[in-house]
Amino acid sequence: MPKNVAIIASGQTNHTSRRKDVNIPEMIREAVDRALTDAELTIDDIDAVVIGNMEHFEGINLSDMWASEGSGAVMKPCMKIATGGTTGTSVAAGAYYHCASGLFDTVLAIGWEKLSESDTTAGIITAFDPIVERLTLAGAIGGLAIEANLYMTTYGLSQEHFAKAAVMARKNAQNNPHAHLKHDLTVEMVLNSPMIAYPIHYLDMCPTSDGACAVIFASEDRARRLCPRPAWIKAAVCRHNHPYIGDVWWDRSTLESAAIEAYKIAGITNPRKELDVIELYDPASYALVAWIQHLHICGPGEGGKLIDDGSITMEGDIPVNPSGGVISTNPIGATALIRVAEAALQIQGKAGARQVEGAKTALATGFGGSYWNEVFILSDRL
Amino acid sequence: MNQEPLEKPLYINLHARLPYAYSAGRYVSRFLIALRDECKILATKCERCSIVLTPPRLVCNQCYGPMKEFVEVGPQGRLATFSVINFPFIDPFTGVERPVPYGYAIIQLDGCSNRFPHFLRETDLSRLRIGQRVQAVFKPDGERTGAVTDISHFEIIEP
Repeated sequence: MPKNVAIIASGQTNHTSRRKDVNIPEMIREAVDRALTDAELTIDDIDAVVIGNMEHFEGINLSDMWASEGSGAVMKPCMKIATGGTTGTSVAAGAYYHCASGLFDTVLAIGWEKLSESDTTAGIITAFDPIVERLTLAGAIGGLAIEANLYMTTYGLSQEHFAKAAVMARKNAQNNPHAHLKHDLTVEMVLNSPMIAYPIHYLDMCPTSDGACAVIFASEDRARRLCPRPAWIKAAVCRHNHPYIGDVWWDRSTLESAAIEAYKIAGITNPRKELDVIELYDPASYALVAWIQHLHICGPGEGGKLIDDGSITMEGDIPVNPSGGVISTNPIGATALIRVAEAALQIQGKAGARQVEGAKTALATGFGGSYWNEVFILSDRL
Repeated sequence: MNQEPLEKPLYINLHARLPYAYSAGRYVSRFLIALRDECKILATKCERCSIVLTPPRLVCNQCYGPMKEFVEVGPQGRLATFSVINFPFIDPFTGVERPVPYGYAIIQLDGCSNRFPHFLRETDLSRLRIGQRVQAVFKPDGERTGAVTDISHFEIIEP
């Protein structure tokens, strides 16, 4: 039987477009120090470290070795996990498995990226088949654009729905001291921004950020002793997909499959009612509209309606991305871990101005190429 | 020693040339050679579930059955979805900026179960719609090298 595991603390840098003042290990150290302070622990209390980023971005390999003085992994067990956009949730899953197995009691999960030191689009293209698919791929943006077009056409939605999601996200980000983009936008501003890849405008897309996130996981006994209000892991489910863009079946969503399995494990039968808050990995504004249907928050094509009626705003019945989400902050290797950290902050009641009042059950997702997903469900009780 | 914080921390530029050579394998080699020598798009058919996939491969992506039979697919098909890419970026294929705008098409080739990504010549959004018929345009004899670029692009063949 796996041990019960909780998140007891987390720390994030203040994410921004260019951290000129620190190198990579120094930036990681900042997030780790904040997590340790939050937990009232020292690095000596950490049994093992799980770390990840997108290694081909910065051209710095073996981040488990290279960042060890920032991560605190010197003379400790340390494992690197790199799964693309999902790296952050994979790192979280790795830390969860470490504790659930009973082999470790207190594990530090770290995701980081310094996108200012890389070429993101070229980096992402190198994740795909060099002989057949790299030729035409335009990084994440092109891959998302073709899905956004198909979704919009299939369900008869407009670019305005996506623009409304972008406005909402950047408004939520204003409540988050760690968020990167906090602009006061209007739908017109989004629609009038340059069309970078039809139907995605510049202001619909996530930024490239520098930042790190660190999350401390603990086994049940340790969590109860160290933390007055731990965020318990109820489910952690991953679904991968085919490697070729041409093989991906858009009607067989990895997100939906992972969510169904996670709901089953967590005993959730009516997610719209039972979830209090969602931290969704939304790489572009259309994803915020489109992917909530895969989480069974609405029916097929009804995401636009939830945008129109305010259901997923901070005032709605199921707020999505109080943090501002990925389209406000995107240090890629950290991005999915930030979703988990933010979900835990909501459960712990420590989310400050972005707190959803009385949040007891939260869902977080990670998304990566080619179209795979991870789903976490956190709760205030076991 | 001056202990004041630095006003301007340094950036160190590094430009590395990293050459790679990839083995295409027997199945994809045959696919590339058919593009080069016969202007044909090859796929493999699953012995167990009859699905047809391009690029050709050893194992079916649906039932994990063996794929031994080569079949020709296309050269016509339909637009499964598309985008027009407007933003400039460095192409890791060439190391230089990819020319924009370009049409990015996901094509449902006739006779094929999965889809095929390629360039689309048309970039005027008012002339494009999902479901439209398209056709592969091959480079002329003597210019094909055994690469997916032996198809220069796809063009729209119905309004």
